[in-house]
Formats: sequence, structure tokens, C-alpha cells
Amino acid sequence: MDLVAVARIAVRALARNKMRSALTMLGIIIGVGAVIAMVGVGQGAQQQVQQQIAAMGSNILFVGSGTVTRGGTHMGSGATKTLVYADMLAILRECPAVKDAAPGGNTSTQVVFGNDNWATRINGTEPQYFEIRNWPFQEGTAFTPEDVEMAANVAVIGETVRKNLFGATDPLGQTIRIKSLPFRVVGVLAPKGTSAAMGDDQDDVVLVPITTLQKKITGQDWLRWIMVSATSREASYAAQEQITSLLRDRHRIRPEQDDDFMVRNLADMADLADRAGSIMTMLLASIASVSLIVGGIGIMNIMLVSVTERTREIGIRMAIGATEGNVQSQFLTEAVVLSLIGGSIGIICGMGASYFITQTLGWVVLISPLAIVTAVVFSMAVGIFFGFYPARKAARMDPIEALRYE
Amino acid sequence: MSQSEINSAPSQLGEVRIRVLDIHKYYELGETRVHALRGIAIDIVSGEFVAIMGASGSGKSTFMNILGCLDKPSSGRYFLDDIDVSSLSKDELAAIRNHKLGFVFQGFNLLSRTTALENVELPTLYAQVSKAEGEKRAREALDLVGLGGRSTHFPSQLSGGQQQRVAIARALVNKPSILLADEPTGNLDSRTSVEIMEILERLNDRGLTVVLVTHEHDISQFARRTIQFRDGKIRRDELVVNRQTASQVLKDLPVEEDQ
Repeated sequence: MDLVAVARIAVRALARNKMRSALTMLGIIIGVGAVIAMVGVGQGAQQQVQQQIAAMGSNILFVGSGTVTRGGTHMGSGATKTLVYADMLAILRECPAVKDAAPGGNTSTQVVFGNDNWATRINGTEPQYFEIRNWPFQEGTAFTPEDVEMAANVAVIGETVRKNLFGATDPLGQTIRIKSLPFRVVGVLAPKGTSAAMGDDQDDVVLVPITTLQKKITGQDWLRWIMVSATSREASYAAQEQITSLLRDRHRIRPEQDDDFMVRNLADMADLADRAGSIMTMLLASIASVSLIVGGIGIMNIMLVSVTERTREIGIRMAIGATEGNVQSQFLTEAVVLSLIGGSIGIICGMGASYFITQTLGWVVLISPLAIVTAVVFSMAVGIFFGFYPARKAARMDPIEALRYE
Repeated sequence: MSQSEINSAPSQLGEVRIRVLDIHKYYELGETRVHALRGIAIDIVSGEFVAIMGASGSGKSTFMNILGCLDKPSSGRYFLDDIDVSSLSKDELAAIRNHKLGFVFQGFNLLSRTTALENVELPTLYAQVSKAEGEKRAREALDLVGLGGRSTHFPSQLSGGQQQRVAIARALVNKPSILLADEPTGNLDSRTSVEIMEILERLNDRGLTVVLVTHEHDISQFARRTIQFRDGKIRRDELVVNRQTASQVLKDLPVEEDQ
């Protein structure tokens, strides 16, 4: 018997009990639909995180001043004063994996424009910072190296600050006050959104020349951080090692002592986020698979009932020449057809559910062809697995007993 | 009656279809052992019309199951068209049932919710026959039993006699060498019974070997040879004398308004 004939017989047998077949399929429909939707949610989230990290620049390293413990008291991050401008110059000079670097210091304070004020983060840095972070301007430009040299009172503002201070007013050329000093706004950064890695609003920031910050606002001459770009994403690991050994050397840290700085690698964080995303996807998929297994048990249950009901039919088929293999493949095909049809409907339902999630919750749901292929293969496997025992039971019947069955 | 007489009973026809040599069959029923067949030996040659008779428990059903390759003897040998059936595997037995044997049962055993034509086609699905050829053969077989016009009817839309004729057509579709009929008239009224016997008679006249199990004496008299079973043994094996033909009896029966 060819496969088409077997499949046709199976479909007709299932069509004889439409309601029962539909209910049995429902288990598989829900199972496959749940797997498709959940994997879609997981992969969508993963993709979003990856995009955000990529937008941040995956070849970026963040060198921060470290934590120290003095007399048993933990001083917190940024408490050391050992990270200095000369360190940055040394990094640029001596680490071959490093492409560029920008120094940074920061403080938090009130920014005033007219009658409005806004508490925000003031970062001091140099113009290359915007290139390293791959951060475009929606208006104006960065301050210049000359501004840095002269410790000029110029500022670049983020989108959140612009919205809260200026509203509809064009901020370019306007004067804002930081600690009662006037600053001219020269640029407005394009919105970058919430940082995926740290969860803070990256647009809530004012950037001024590092010299201006150090001399006129904080009065500190050490750096809080250095933003470094490696020559490539792969090189960022080498850069991390080079910077670490260079700074340990420069800061005269003995081998048994801890670093007085920290180097964070965004490629590392991207990998971490990726792993976390995969785990979440797996978790969601495995929870959804439970319902697929329950659906499979439903198939097995109905197939067992069906085999018992059709004992006499099995006897007739055997008497007129069906082999055990014929009978087994007949019932197995029915189970597989049930699960495949259920799986196909389940895919459609899963896609519908994903669309619904996207529309109502605004989550990104990503349905990959791989997920669909996997769902089809998986539902077929469920059919074979849970159809095997009932089919075998049918095939093992004694034709004489089966013919006598009432 | 001696053994030589048994073997020589049908003499006018040629090749041996069924040769059974000293068959025994035991069943284990819990602790007790049932000895259902106690040394059966029969030859049936092609073109014979044999009626197997006997009370229930005489072993005739067990014997039919063995003849039909649904069951295997505990000892002894069974040759069907010179093939030693007792040594075949399950799949080979299924193939024999498909190609060489046609079954007709007391309870018709048609698949419900399946048309007459599809019921008749069923054995061709398990033979190496194309779909078109199978359908052609099924239509021919239905014509042969006079139901060509009812091919799309479901069993529930057919009378008992018609259902049994569909079953006969199904038994014929793979052109078997032997037709085995187990109480084919057991569920039918007397006129319909004769009609069914008339079909079997017609098939036999065309050269088909027919083996029939019945407990009705009237029915057995349409056969050419009767074999009586009792307690797992053959008690009597004789040719039917003054054989009536079913077609003649049918003519003499008053016509009933049943269709």
C-alpha cells in the first residue's frame, strides 16, 4: 500500500468521528500554539536585547575607578582617586587592541533653564566619546577639542533633558545653568533609550568638556571612568587584558592585591544577555511543551479507545490479508495525521497569539521558520510516540478473537 | 468407513487444493487442556463443494480457522496448493489469506460507514494491485453477485442477503482458489439462505472450490460432499446423493414481496 492510500484511509477513519477527532486535536493545537508563541516571545526579547547592546557598541569597554575597602569599610564604586588622565593616555599609547578612548567624570546636580529645573547626571568627557559610543546628534554638534582645552562653558544634552527643560523651545544656543554657571547648549543627542545592560535612562544626561567639569563644577582632578573602544568585538577581550595589566602596573598593585579599578566588557555583557535570553526561551518552550505532551496523551487515549472499538474491523482486515505491519501502520498513520493536522492548526493559532501579544502588550515576538519546522517535526514525533502503543496493540490482536468480538 | 474411502471420495476432479495430515489442536484454558482436534486428515481437490457439519464444540470452527490460516495446528501438517502452511510466518500467512482464500462469515463482517464497493475493494489494498485495477475487479465481483447497482450503498442500507452478497464479492475480489464460508446463512431467512447458496453453487459450477461450515442439514445438501465432525474427529465423510440444486429450489419457492 502506498503512503497516499494509507493517509487517505486514515483521514476517512478520523472523519467518521469528527467531534472526537477535533477534541483530540485540540490538545495538540494548544500545545503547538503555546510552544510557537512562547518561543516567539523568548526570541523576540532576546533579539531586542541584542539590538540594544549592538546599538551601544559591542566593542566597547568601560574602565571604572574601583572599590576599596579601608579599615573594614566598603567605600563603594568610584571611591578611588587613582584613575587619572595619564592612565587614559597610556592606554591609548600602549594597548594595541584599543582603538580610541575618552575620559569621564560625573556628578549629579540640578540643571536650570528659565523657570524650569531638572535633576540629572552631568558627565564630563572629550568629543571622541560620541564616536566611541556611536551616538548621533539630532541637532547641533559635539563640543570641540578647543572647548576642552579652554574649559569652555558648553553643553550637549540628552533627549530626556531636552524634553523636560525645553519642551517645544529649540534648545540650540540657549543658555542653561549648572551650579549657577551659564552653559551654552551646542548639541542635542539622538534618543538612545533605556540601557538593556544597566536598566537606566541613557538619555537623561548633560555632557560637558571634562576640563570644565573638573575645574569648574566638581573640583576633582581624577577620573571616574574611561570609555574605551577596541579595534573589533573579538579584540575587546584582548583589550580588556591589556588594560588590566597596564593599569595594575601603573598603579603599582602587588600580585596579591585586588585591582583598584574595574574593566567591564560590553561583549561579555552581550554574551551574558544572550545566554540569559536563551535560557528564558528554553524555559518558556519547556513549559509550553508540557501542554504538548498532555495533548499527546490525549491522542494515545483516544487511539486506545478507537482500537478497542474497531476490534472487529481489525479482525476483518487481518482475515482478508492485512499483515501486522499493515494494521500497525494504519493506526500509527491515524495518530500522526491527527497530530500533524493539529500541529498545523496550532502553528496558525500560535502565530495568531503572537500577533495578539504584539498588539496588546507591545512585546516584540519573533517567529522563526526554525520554530515552525521544529513544531511540525515535534508534533509528528508526538503522534508517532503516543500512537505507537495503541497501534501495536491493534497489530498484535488475534484475528480469531477479534472477529468474535462484540 | 476406512481411511482410503475418505481420501478417494471426490474422484472426478484433478489437483489437490487442501491436504490435511493428522492435525491436532490443543487449547490451554486455564489449568485444563482442551483437545479440540484429534487427528484430522482430509484431501479437498479443486472444484469441490464441501459442507462441514457438526454440533458446536465438535471442532469444526477450529478446523475452519486452521483451513483459513487464521490459526495453526498444534501438530500435523496442512498443505494448501502444495504449500506447507504450518511452516509459514505470520506475514506469509496474511499473504496466503489475501491471495488464495476468500472468507464469508455468518455475521457478514462488512465495515460500516464504508460503501459496498469500498468493502469489496478492501482485499485489493493489501495485494499488489493498483487502485484502478482494484476498483475494476471490485465492480466485476459486485456484478457477479448481482449487486452492481448498489455499489455506493452502505451496509446499513442493504438487506441481510445483500450484505452477505457484498461479503461474497469481497471474498472473490482477489480471485482466490478456495472460498471458505463459515455459517454464511446462519443470520438469514430460508429464502435468502437459498439465494446465497445459489450464488455459491454458481461459483462452484465455474470451478471455484467451496468449503462451507453449517449446522443446517438442508443447507448442507446443496454441497457435493459433506463431512461430519464430532468430538474433534471426522465421523462421516460422504458424497451427497440426490443432490438438489439451489437454483431449482429457488424456482419452486413462492416469490415473496421482500424487495
